[in-house]
Formats: sequence, structure tokens, C-alpha cells
Amino acid sequence: MEKFALLEIIYLIGSVTFIIGLKMMGNARSARNGNLIAAAGMIAAIFGTIFLHEGEVQPVVYALIFGAIGLGTVVGWMTAKRVQMTKMPELVSMFNGMGGACAALIGLMEFEHNAGSTGAMIAIVAGTVIGSISFSGSIIAFLKLNGTMNKPIRLPSYNIINTIMMAGVLIFSGWVVYAASANGGSLWMQSAAGPELAHGAMLFIYILFAVAIIYGILFTVPIGGADMPVVISLLNSFTGLAAAFGGFLYDNKIMLTGGILVGSAGTLLTLVMCKAMNRPLSNVIFGAFGGSSSAASGTEVKGSIKDSSATDIAILMNYSKKVVIVPGYGLAVAQAQHVIHELEQLLEDRGVEVKYAIHPVAGRMPGHMNVLLAESNVAYEKLVEMEDINPEFDQTDVVLVVGANDVVNPAAKTDPSSPIYGMPILEVDRAKNIIVNKRSMSAGYAGIDNLLFYDTKCSMFFGDAKKALTELVNEIKNLS
Amino acid sequence: MEEIWKFVIENKEILYFVILAVFVGVEVIGGVPTVLHTPLMSGANAIHGVVIVGAIFVMLHVDTSNVLALILGTLAVFLGTLNVVGGFVVTDRMLEMFKKKK
Repeated sequence: MEKFALLEIIYLIGSVTFIIGLKMMGNARSARNGNLIAAAGMIAAIFGTIFLHEGEVQPVVYALIFGAIGLGTVVGWMTAKRVQMTKMPELVSMFNGMGGACAALIGLMEFEHNAGSTGAMIAIVAGTVIGSISFSGSIIAFLKLNGTMNKPIRLPSYNIINTIMMAGVLIFSGWVVYAASANGGSLWMQSAAGPELAHGAMLFIYILFAVAIIYGILFTVPIGGADMPVVISLLNSFTGLAAAFGGFLYDNKIMLTGGILVGSAGTLLTLVMCKAMNRPLSNVIFGAFGGSSSAASGTEVKGSIKDSSATDIAILMNYSKKVVIVPGYGLAVAQAQHVIHELEQLLEDRGVEVKYAIHPVAGRMPGHMNVLLAESNVAYEKLVEMEDINPEFDQTDVVLVVGANDVVNPAAKTDPSSPIYGMPILEVDRAKNIIVNKRSMSAGYAGIDNLLFYDTKCSMFFGDAKKALTELVNEIKNLS
Repeated sequence: MEEIWKFVIENKEILYFVILAVFVGVEVIGGVPTVLHTPLMSGANAIHGVVIVGAIFVMLHVDTSNVLALILGTLAVFLGTLNVVGGFVVTDRMLEMFKKKK
């Protein structure tokens, strides 16, 4: 009894640490402590569950639990510590998938112990299906982000296939719940030892598991790499939901709080991300960008582009008063965040004011650019969000766009036929000079031409971001 | 139909709990600067690792003669641990950077 009460208290405290931790993570100053507080609550909950358990447990079970936790800790810790900052998003995706798989496995194992209980069956089937989708979807997202699978694969009429598949998963899930519930009963029977699953009934939950895994793959595969952050965020809230169903199954409040908290917060975060891209979530999932869509047609491009050399740009920047850098995914790929910081310091030393303009969806995840730039010691105050920097472009001498494209495309404001029309952009065309560093003239993720490049104030500076910027830094050093 | 009414009555506290927790989740995230979205997503990712508690439950009640259950249960605990430990450590690494220089 005592143990049980103590465990409930630990769960209560744990739930509170999750809420407080998440709240603190919303502020740059308290964020790190918030994370640690939530982690402390989690550790307490885990060990409380193990040590305050009432009833006989075989030593071999303890050995397995501690073995799994020990191994998981070492592997998780090492992976998380070693990975490069640019690889963060795929790692988050990977860990999310592990959580989903964990939820699915719980469902698979509890199925046979809960025959005839409707509430438990809803929780088990929902947890298994959502967890499995989250698992396979996250793995695909991981593969896409790390470049193993870099093109969206679209089966012919994939939207129809996916919709049918989804309906199939839902109907099948509904049937399994019904058949294993108190009323349905075709999957279980009353035996001397209580309710028991019918012979071979386990097969159905395994089939459901497999179908959900396949659906998770089909769901994620057609979505382009640029939209992966939204997908990861969505799958993140899915896993939260799966955990919450687990909490419902065991009537465990900390799983419920943690799960629902992440479920709702994750959903909101997903919507915020979509809003930043000015696209409804349905658009991300059912796709409109790139590939076979009409996106590429667009308006006809007139004018020509100007090519510029490192020397010219070095001189231009050296004699400017204010330079704004627009970092994009290309910067992250080229690992140019350290060079860009060097450039910034060099210019600051010469009395040039340097700022970074951060578009909400720059990089692979919202805030990804900030994390990357923070890694190379760029001061937090130098990173300016879109709404704050846009009015400043009028007084800016040079804008340096590094590896960004769609977020500076004026078509978002001027061309109603453009697929990105309406997306808030960084209004760099208001600055006096624009330099765009790109590897080639290829279009951005949205697969559309960028009118900015044909602007008379715009010069192109071709080359890999890291190489090109290093060259630029050297040129500026030579100027002295 | 009967079944549904019974379900609602039996689980009314949990239903309240769920709705209120949804509001807490929305409230907690509201107004977070874009800058912190990635760490926040990562932090939330670590928190849903609480599913490991469920995996531990399964293991504590497992029938030790069922080898398949033992394997699946151990795997679940392992995966849950990866989610928790990896999640918190990655988040910490991200946030550590925001602390430098004030």
C-alpha cells in the first residue's frame, strides 16, 4: 500500500516536471534547465516503476530490464553526443521512431491479456497502430533527411492508394477492437481461467501491426525532403498519442500526461510550422510541391543573371555599413556555419554591422539555423527573426544569401500562380545590393525559378558555400 | 450503443484528464519563439519516451516461460530507453549552445 502511494506521488511529481520543463523550454534562458528538470522527473518515474512494484518478480526479469536500460543508455548517449549538429533533425526522427516502436510492442504484448475488455482493446489497438505508423514513418523521414532516400517516390495515384490504405487500417482496427471486445467476442471466449483469446487470434494483431508499418511507409515516402520537419513534428505527436493510449491502458497518469502533452503540443507545433510556410497541413501530406505538379511551369523568366567574383564582393562588403546574412539549408549542407561566423567577425572588426536574418522555415526544422549558428558561436542577439528584420532591409547595403532560395523568392508576394504564393518571405529585394551564393542555378525545393536572381541589384556568387565563403574571407583579409 | 455509454461513464475522470491535458499542452507551447522550435520538438520527443514506463510494466508482469514475450519486452524497454536518453541528451546539446555568450 505504502509503495503504491509513494509511486503515485512520484508519478504526480514527474507529470509536473514534464509540464514545467516544457514551459521552461519555451524561453532561451531557462530552456536548458527545463530539459534537465523533465529528465529528472523521467528518471524518478522509471526507477519508481521498477523498485516500487508490488508482487513477485523473477530475478531474470530484473536482469533483462536493467540490461536493456543499461544498453539503451549507452547507445543513446553515445549517438546523441557524437552526432554532428547538422544531423540533429534526423536523430530526433530516429529517437521518435524508437518511442513509436516501443508503444507498438507494448500493444502487441498486451493484446492477449485483455480479451473481452473494450476499453483496454481500444487502447491496445490504437497504441499498436499509431506507434507502428510513427515508427516506420520516422525511419523513412530519417532516411530522407540523411540523404539515403533523397527523392520523393510517388506511386501512380499514391493519394488514392494511401487513402484506401488508411481507410483499410481504420476499418480493420475497428473490427479487431469489436471482435475482441465484450460485445463482439468472435476473437475470445470465456474459459475456466477467465476470458481467453481464441486460438489464432494473435495473428490479427500481428497483421494489423504489419499493415500499420506499411501505411507509415506509404504515408511518408511521397513527401519531399523540405517538408520532413513538418512530418517529424507530426509523427512526434503521434508517438505522444501512442504513449497516452498506453497510459489509458494501465491507468497510469504519468504516461497519460506525458503522452497527451506531447500529442497536443506536437500538433500545435506542426500547425505553426505549416503556417510559417503558408501551407495547410493537408497540402504537405497530400503534396502539391515539386515532382509532377504544375509548379514548374510558373511565369516566364526575363532578363539575365549577373555573375560576381569573390574580389568584387569583398570590396563591396568591406565598404558597407550594414550587411545582413540570410542562411539557408545550403549553408548547413556545406557545413559553412564556422566560415560564416569568421566572415561576420571580420566585417564587424572593420566596423560593418552584421546581422543574420532567420526565416521561420530556414534549414530543415524551424530553429535549425539558430542551432547551427549557435554551434559556431554566433551571438544569440545577432539572429533576427523575419518580422523584425524585414523593415531593416531598406537600410541594408548588402544582403548575402547563402544556400537559401524559396524563402527569398519575391514570387511569394507578386505571383499568385506560384505554388509558394502567400508564404511570408524575407524581403531582401529592398536592400541596395544582393549577393546570392548557390552551387548552381538549380531551383530550390519548391522546384520553381527565383525571380530575385534576375533583379538588377542581384549578383550571383556560384560555388559550394564553404569554399566560396572561405575565398571571400581571404579576399577581405587581403584588402586591409 | 450501450457499450459506448458504459465506456463514457466508466472513464469519465480520464476523459476530463485528457481534455485538460490537451489544453495544458497547447498553453505551454503557445508563444514560443521560432528559434526554440527545434529544441522544443526534441524535448517533447524525449518526454514521450515516458512510454518506457509501460514497457517496464509489461516486463514486470511477463510470464517468464514465454520466451517471445521476454524478447519483445526487453526490446521495448531498450527502444524506450533510447528514446528517453537520446532525446534528453540531444536536447541538452542543442540548448547548451543557446547559453554561450549570455
